[in-house]
Amino acid sequence: MVIAMKLYWNYFLMELKSQMQYKASFFLTALGQFITAFTTFFGIRFLFDRIHGVDRFTYGQVLLCFAVIMMSFALGEMAGGGLAVFPDLLREGELDRILVRPRSILLQIVMPNMDFSRLGLLAQALLVLCAAIPASKVAWTPEKALVLLLMVLCGSVIFFCLFLLVASVAFFTLQSFEFLNIFTYGMRDFGRYPLSVYGEEMLKLLTFVIPLALIQYYPLLYLLDQAEGIRYAAAPLFSLLFVLPSAALYRLGVRNYKSAGS
Amino acid sequence: MIEFTDISKTYRVAKRQAGMKHAVASFFSREYSEIHALQNVSFSIDDGEMVGYIGPNGAGKSTTIKIMCGILTPDAGTCVVNGRIPYRERVRHVREIGVVFGQRSQLWWDVPVMDSFDLIRDIYRVDEALYRKNVAELTELLELGELLKTPVRTLSLGQRMRCEIAASLLHDPKVLFLDEPTIGLDAVSKLAVRAFIRRLNEEKKTTVVLTTHDMQDIEALTERVLLIGRGSILSDGRLEDLKKRIPERKTMVIEYQGAPPALHPKMTQAEHPSDGRMTVRFDPSRLSVSTAIAHFAAHTTLLDVSVSDISTEEMVAKLYQEYRL
Repeated sequence: MVIAMKLYWNYFLMELKSQMQYKASFFLTALGQFITAFTTFFGIRFLFDRIHGVDRFTYGQVLLCFAVIMMSFALGEMAGGGLAVFPDLLREGELDRILVRPRSILLQIVMPNMDFSRLGLLAQALLVLCAAIPASKVAWTPEKALVLLLMVLCGSVIFFCLFLLVASVAFFTLQSFEFLNIFTYGMRDFGRYPLSVYGEEMLKLLTFVIPLALIQYYPLLYLLDQAEGIRYAAAPLFSLLFVLPSAALYRLGVRNYKSAGS
Repeated sequence: MIEFTDISKTYRVAKRQAGMKHAVASFFSREYSEIHALQNVSFSIDDGEMVGYIGPNGAGKSTTIKIMCGILTPDAGTCVVNGRIPYRERVRHVREIGVVFGQRSQLWWDVPVMDSFDLIRDIYRVDEALYRKNVAELTELLELGELLKTPVRTLSLGQRMRCEIAASLLHDPKVLFLDEPTIGLDAVSKLAVRAFIRRLNEEKKTTVVLTTHDMQDIEALTERVLLIGRGSILSDGRLEDLKKRIPERKTMVIEYQGAPPALHPKMTQAEHPSDGRMTVRFDPSRLSVSTAIAHFAAHTTLLDVSVSDISTEEMVAKLYQEYRL
């Protein structure tokens, strides 16, 4: 296990080294990520200059929501965003190289394609979280802090799975479909506001199909003392069931792999 | 030990005619055609053998190699390499093989070669002492020296290929698969690569399976040649025996004085005689070289004679023709 971790750490360093070869580009991209993330933040800020609440949530509470989703997304995308290279790997037969190495296929794709410029996004989300923790007026307890942590961690798993699902489609189509981004970037944008604002139907969809509400809406109600019970507090854990269909599609795809060229 | 038993592999390929109309139509419904890449292919390769695998483009060479490497799963039949089924036990299987795809790099593009080697050591969990020994050896034999400190993207093709081969051998594989290892290399690099592969096979008894379009690779390296065409093994044996299957494989060029001499009945003319030169072909099992020379000596004033065997290049072209590949 320790040796395996060392390997992936080295993969990590190798990629960092490669990205650092183009230093200016690396820092400017990270800086760009940091700055563009603020535009979405200001979007919310200015909205709340006009109104005082969205569907019974205050500015501070929406901000908490926003920070959780942004952090989840930043982590999920840092690991999973690289999976967007899937179609290229498949079309050019680069997956062959990965298959002839005695290591997990997924980690071999994920590690070298880590996008560290997402650290900029993560830093911004952390800043927002720091502001939101007091602003949300949540009566913080250790349990609530744990739930918040679960929201972020399980959320990043969900986002990673979404990236994996979208990428796995390439096994069957050999190309990427931009409209599938609605499941990744789209979910991030949806998640900025408590999901109940989109109506009952949408909330059901985001509970049972793509379990975004399980890491956002339900545990948020728990944090805000608007709902009681373990059902709400532990909702993020249930969202992890989403790993199963994602892994299944990915595995089916690997088996379906046809390789390419000579 | 590699055993291939009754392997078949079929690809389903979407058919589509050119043009926008068909592109749109194919979005909604597709017609598929089946390509039988391999049909009931069987052969076995012993430990320490060096086998060349030839065939025209699209014959199924790469598919075979990919099945042996565990990249592809056959539709029918079984493949066993070193007692394992490659596509079932991928991780354990690939630990014991080395693969060089001539057209695809396994090194990290932007970092020095040595960094790639270090990472490969970690990927294969190569023992540090063994790793140092192998790197030292490979550096000497393949003359890597300074190359190790150079980023891959700045290497020439020949330099890169030497590094690729070294990279595939860091973990002491039992079997080495080479898919067109000399493609695009200059003459000097080709010779260096061939010499190295031969030595590897002789000294470490590494089994080598090689696909190539360069017949000189085959001549220089392999005793045994598998010829594949349209998904089936057409011949399996020594290069020399393969040559014997070409009937008229001796070519004789004579220079003479005066009128062109008549041909022996067992000869055919290859080129029209001109300027006192004539080229003929014949089958040495039906007409011996000495009889052929004697025939011309008796019919004309011979100035010069040269006899050559069919080149491997020509032979393969003829075989492809014969099998209508």
